[in-house]
Amino acid sequence: MAYDVNGTSVEHDEEGYITNLSEWTKELADIIAKAEEVEMTDEHWAVVNFLRDYYEEYQIAPAVRVLIKSIKKSLGPEVGNNKYMYELFPYGPAKQACKIAGLPKPTGCV
Amino acid sequence: MVELDISNKKNPKYVGDPLEIPKLACGAMADSQTFAAHPKHNTDLGFPPELIDNWKEVAIAKIGELGKKNRAFQVYLDICVKCGACTDKCHYFLGSGDPKNMPVARQDLLRSVYRRYFTFAGKYFPWLVGARDLTEEVLNEWYTYYHQCSQCRRCSVFCPYGIDTAEISMAAREILDSVGKGQKYCNEIIAKAKTIGNNLGLNPKALRATLEDLEEDLEDETGVKVRLPLDEKGADILLITPSADFFAEPHIDGLLGYAKVFHQAGVSWTISSYASEAANFGMFIGSYENMRELSLRVRKAAKDLGVKRIVFGECGHAWRVAYSFLNTLAGPFDFLDQNYPIPQHIMEFTHDLIQKGELKFDKSKNDEFRVTFHDSCNVARGSRMGDFPGGQFELPRDVLKACCNHYFDMDRDTIKESTLCCGGGGGLLTDELMDLRTKGASPRMTALQQVTEDHGVTHMAAICAICKTQFSKVMPKFGYEMDNILSVHQLVSNAIILDDQVLEEEKQKAAQAVQEAKAEAK
Repeated sequence: MAYDVNGTSVEHDEEGYITNLSEWTKELADIIAKAEEVEMTDEHWAVVNFLRDYYEEYQIAPAVRVLIKSIKKSLGPEVGNNKYMYELFPYGPAKQACKIAGLPKPTGCV
Repeated sequence: MVELDISNKKNPKYVGDPLEIPKLACGAMADSQTFAAHPKHNTDLGFPPELIDNWKEVAIAKIGELGKKNRAFQVYLDICVKCGACTDKCHYFLGSGDPKNMPVARQDLLRSVYRRYFTFAGKYFPWLVGARDLTEEVLNEWYTYYHQCSQCRRCSVFCPYGIDTAEISMAAREILDSVGKGQKYCNEIIAKAKTIGNNLGLNPKALRATLEDLEEDLEDETGVKVRLPLDEKGADILLITPSADFFAEPHIDGLLGYAKVFHQAGVSWTISSYASEAANFGMFIGSYENMRELSLRVRKAAKDLGVKRIVFGECGHAWRVAYSFLNTLAGPFDFLDQNYPIPQHIMEFTHDLIQKGELKFDKSKNDEFRVTFHDSCNVARGSRMGDFPGGQFELPRDVLKACCNHYFDMDRDTIKESTLCCGGGGGLLTDELMDLRTKGASPRMTALQQVTEDHGVTHMAAICAICKTQFSKVMPKFGYEMDNILSVHQLVSNAIILDDQVLEEEKQKAAQAVQEAKAEAK
């Protein structure tokens, strides 16, 4: 199971999460998004970039609330709210956005 | 697979019977597959990495071992008289129509093999007693259908012998693990909890950052410094709560509710980064050793922090493990204050304060919600709360009624000891099982639709992290919004009146009055 990024293959698990996090690139994000039927806009990128920055510091994705608070600060309350996040990422800002951002899937009762 | 017709609303006034017996659909769920554990997930828990060559001998020996170690397991396999009382009691059967999801049929998947190798009749006349050889096909069938049981124990309530399918399903998963056929969802999570301290994989630094962020939110909301302490030695109370309470919605709102209750009670409390998980997935796979290892983390955290009490947050099977097994798994807890229940449920803590008149609520804050309560199966049928039988049913309802003006129960046959599972319990809350989860949720959703129709109920409250996540995912498939599921302590949080908050508001009012008086004098 692998994504094809301009001839280079990037392995992923059964659910489409990449297995080697260092292999993530912006081109790959576009390819994963396409597979998820998500069309990437600036707002999508704002979420993906925040997730990646947060992950770099804490080695885990942020709580949905923390994500929304940050997006609210940067892009305003029209974008930074739960409902809009689900419009951007219909399968959830945590799981689907993490997949596109090349982060591991949040596990547990979530 | 049979399609579930959940959009059929020909007559909106008739919602249907949540317990209506479906037409049989043989093999309807035979293709339902949960991802197999990766070799590392298995070895992390002490299981073989993948299916071993001599799996048949090992599996049969394991059945024998379990029968000796766990008398209940053997009795359950021996005493079923096929009366049929359980046949229509499983939510997965009601939702899918697959006869192998009838509890008796699910038990028989294992019972037939047990008979073949461990009973006189089965050894010599297998065709007479429904005994069958253990083949790879049978093993795969176990994997398929024992991952369609949420171990909710509803069927056991109706069995005249009290046969507990959950025990059989746990044993089956233990046998599967012992031959290297583990499930990804459970095994990956248990390994995380054993190394990082919680199912989410939230490390101490990230946990601290999250809690500090939430403290900011609380101060913005209330104007009062309500704390969410982490790793504070010498605190009186250690809160053990599911890590979903640090991550997901509406779980986090429940956590904020606990914090406000502790604040108002004036007690010192702390969360532990070492034991930052209430949920004990060791139970789902029937693994005593893993269940014990996770429980011992709670003991160690309590000792290291020097607390006097342990309180568990809103988590269904965590409470079953805590209430029913914690003392045997990780006791004795003789170092804790014996004047309090060991452990105590947050619902008992809050209920107690309400009884003493120490919590005040502005119930109108919850007037936008017309609320019902979903009894979580492991609390309802695997434990108790308070000091009287049925306390686990009454305490959450008392708390809800204390902070909401509009409360309504669902159909009596679908609540309390007869409660219907959310459809995602027992290690099935994983995305690849969404079809099963939706079908399993449909009886509960129909019961909810009834009270929506009859009483205008808009929201359902729960006290289990799995229930909350499951409902937020499946409710939109049944005409609700994802945020129509609430934490019980979220409603507490909305309505609670903090003394400090009142003082702060009075101070501000007084200051404003002084300002106005000054302005007038000028």
